[in-house]
Parts: sequence; structure tokens; C-alpha cells
Amino acid sequence: MTKQTKPEALRKTPSIYPTKTKLQITIIFFVVLGFYLFSMVWTQREMVGGFGDALGNMYTVIEKFFPPNLEVIPKVWEAMAQTIQMAVIATTLAAILTVPLALLSAQNITTFKPLYLFTRTLLNTLRTIPDLVLAVIFVGLFGVGLLPGILALFIFSLGILAKLISETIEAVDMNPLEAMRASGGNIFQVIYFGLIPQVLPQFTSFVLYVFEINIRASVVLGLVGAGGIGLVLDQQLGFYNYPNAMAIIILIFIVVIVIEFISNKLREALI
Amino acid sequence: MIEFKDVGLIYPNGTEGLKNINVTINDGEFVVIVGLSGAGKSTLIRSINRLVTPTSGSLSVDNENILDYRGSDLRKLRTKIGMIFQNYNLVNRTNVLKNVLAGRLGHTGTLRSILNLYKKEDIGLAYESLQRVNIGEKIYNRADELSGGQQQRVSIARVLTQQPKYILADEPVASLDPPTSHQVMTYLKKINKEHNITTIVNLHFIDMAMEYADRIIGMRAGEIVFDGPASNVTEKTFEEIYGRAIREDDLRGGAKES
Repeated sequence: MTKQTKPEALRKTPSIYPTKTKLQITIIFFVVLGFYLFSMVWTQREMVGGFGDALGNMYTVIEKFFPPNLEVIPKVWEAMAQTIQMAVIATTLAAILTVPLALLSAQNITTFKPLYLFTRTLLNTLRTIPDLVLAVIFVGLFGVGLLPGILALFIFSLGILAKLISETIEAVDMNPLEAMRASGGNIFQVIYFGLIPQVLPQFTSFVLYVFEINIRASVVLGLVGAGGIGLVLDQQLGFYNYPNAMAIIILIFIVVIVIEFISNKLREALI
Repeated sequence: MIEFKDVGLIYPNGTEGLKNINVTINDGEFVVIVGLSGAGKSTLIRSINRLVTPTSGSLSVDNENILDYRGSDLRKLRTKIGMIFQNYNLVNRTNVLKNVLAGRLGHTGTLRSILNLYKKEDIGLAYESLQRVNIGEKIYNRADELSGGQQQRVSIARVLTQQPKYILADEPVASLDPPTSHQVMTYLKKINKEHNITTIVNLHFIDMAMEYADRIIGMRAGEIVFDGPASNVTEKTFEEIYGRAIREDDLRGGAKES
């Protein structure tokens, strides 16, 4: 008896995924795998000898950079402070301008579709420009200094912040907003009382996060002439003054860690 | 007075929300609208403060046709109509007092409200409303720290602070347990009698409808299929409204707590 019923039961039991889905997933898996294999083979052909000398070179590099000349640190303090100031100013400006932009690019608040699409596209375009390119353009426009750095960071962080925050806005609970609307509030009151309390913690957290990114980015921007510690680092490397460069690198390292630690603690307290 | 004349509403996706509604709600009445979910109760109630807009007929509140209201006219209409929701619709991260003060938004200028410069008497009014629903000691708690029943009482306080002429309640007890449901309905009834505020409540529990309503309106498939004083209503009437036999889950049950 059991022998007869068993195959029948097996045939009737459906598999968890439909055959079509299974087939699609298998194909996608092999395509991705093939892509990996191809790029592995290809890059290794182009990087022949890439790893071979690395260990030997490491020794030379370390020998050049050590010991760091720590006496240079008091002299570069000012540049370091400038870098932090750049990040503070750029992040603050971006945080302010993000508010209207994020509202205009959130589908649940901006129900007028053309406006929403326009802001969305503008922000997407903004985000595709790398910060380094922005810095190069602004240095070309305004000359070497802090201003081009601040502008580059500002536009760069505006793109990230507005995107992150508009997505947060799209995920809020719309019910309290409906209640505010039903009690006769105008659009500003509805946003201020129904929406802002819901997104404020994430907003602050994202702003701190972007501030951290900006500190690191502002160092890199200095390399292309946008002021701050990056500019000094670039000069020292240009003079082949590696012990000085090493001291600057260590300073940057410590400052970034301290700032990240503080902002992490702040963000933990907020959420 | 709220007057529906041949009101119809077709949603953009083609669903017919309301069909040929003709009904007049007089000042001071406590009306309960019953019907199965999808019968059009919410659509009917939300037409009155224009959270949805009927597509045909005319709807007048205090003898003014509200269907072509826009902008400030619409906001003025909404300030005199308070609304209570199934999910309370409080701002969770904000404290109880500020939630209740939101009821004054329509009466307060934009700048004044954004700077938190509510008039002293408004704050007094908010506190008084909270005391009326016996929750005066919770003013600085965050809304999400309260139980469902407490949150619904806060939302009643918010509506009271609005000093409306009409109160609309869309399934106010559907998310609450039986004793709390009776408590909330008792508050609504008390407010209706003491302040003479016209109150329209959507319910699908027939025992609660019979207990609290002065007048019952029955809806099915977007149409009004019954309209009469609660004293005329029997289980038979409900079977006609629902189009099927009464079941256990059509009753809220639970003795009235006082």
C-alpha cells in the first residue's frame, strides 16, 4: 500500500519556488559567477607582477616615512583646524538647504508630480558628480583656498543628505499628518507638527554621518588645492619630506578617530 | 446642520464609494453609521470635512455648499469639524500636551504655532480638555508611552481643544478592547450631550450602536439602506443592513463600565 501511495504524494507536493523562478535564479547565479571569473582573470593579466614586489617595496616605504617628525604638528594645527572648519561650514549649509529639497523630492509630501520629478532629477544629477571633480572645478573658478573646498563639500553633501532624508520622509506614518490636516492646519503646520518630529532623530543622525564623511573628504580635497591640511600634506609629499608627511597623516588619523567617536556617541544617544 | 443631496463619489480607480446619498443630520444629534467594512461609512464621514471629495451632488454644512471649497475656506471648514481616527493618529514622538495643542492649529497663525507661541488660553484649554477625559496627569509623557485607550482619550482631548461644532469619529473603538471601547464611547456621548456637539460615529458593532446612538444610519455598498431612531432598531434591522445573519464578531460585548 505505502509503496503505491508514496510516489503519488511526491508528485503532488509542490516545490517551494515555481520552476520558472528557479530557472531564472540559476541563470542569474551563473551569469554573476561568470562575471566574477572573467574579471578575476582579466585583472590578473593586467596586474602582472603587481603583488610580487609589494613586500619589498613596503620596506622602502616604511624606511622613508619613519620615524615621523612630530615637531611639525604645532605648525600644521592651523591647517588642521581649517579642514575641520570647512567640514563644519559645508555640513551646516547643506543641512539647512536639504530641508526644502528633501521635502520637494518626497513623493508623499510633494503631490504635484512634475515638481517632484524635477527636484529628484536635479538631486540625482548632483550626486553623480564626484567630490574631487567638484573641487577641481571650483579651484579653477575661485583659485586655491578654502572657498572652493567648502563649495565642493557643500554640493557633495547636499546630494547625499537630501536623498537620505527624502527617503526617510517617504517612510513616515502619514496618519498624524492627516489628523493635522483634518483639524484645519495649513501645509506648513502639517509638516512642522506632523512630519518633523517623526524625522528629526534620523535627520540629526544623517547630518552627523555626513559631517564625518566631510572631514575625511576635506583632507582629500586639499590635495587638489582646496585648502586645509590636505594642501599641506600635498606640499610635504611634493618636497619628498616623508617624515613630516607621516606626522601629518598620524595627526589626521587621530582627529578623524576622535570626531567619529564623538559623533557615534551622539548618534547612539539620539536613536 | 449637514445636508447631503444626491451625493455620489467615484474614486479615480473606478470604485463607487457613495451612491445617491440623501440625508440630513441635525444639530446636536448623536448619529451612528453602521455597515460592513467597504460599505462606504468612512467615505461618507470623510466627505464632510473634505478629506475625500464627492464627485456629484451637493453637500452643505451650515447651509453652505462645501464641495467647491479650496484653500482657506477649506481650512476654516475643518476647524469647526473635529475628527477622531481608528489609529488615534497622534504624533508618537511628541508629548501629550503638544499633541492636544495641535487641535488649535487651525485657530493659530503659522508663525505663532511654529515658534510654539500658543496663546495662554489655548494652553489652558488643552489642559482642561485633557482633564475632561481624565488624563491630565500625563501631559509630558510621549504619546507612544500610553496605552491604546489612553491614546484615544488624548485624541478626544485634541478634538475638544479644537472647540468644534461637529465631531466625526471613524471607527474610534475598532482597535480597543471591550471595556475601553465602552469608556471611549461614554466620553463621546457625554461630550455630545454637555457641549451639544453634533457627533457622527462609524461603528460596525451592532450592540454598541444600539446602546449609544440616538439615530442609526445603515449603509451597504455605498448606499444608505436604513435611517431611523435607535429605538426602532432590532437585530432584524441589522440583518437587513448587513444582508446576512448576525454573527458573534458583529458584537463588541463587555459590560458597560462606569
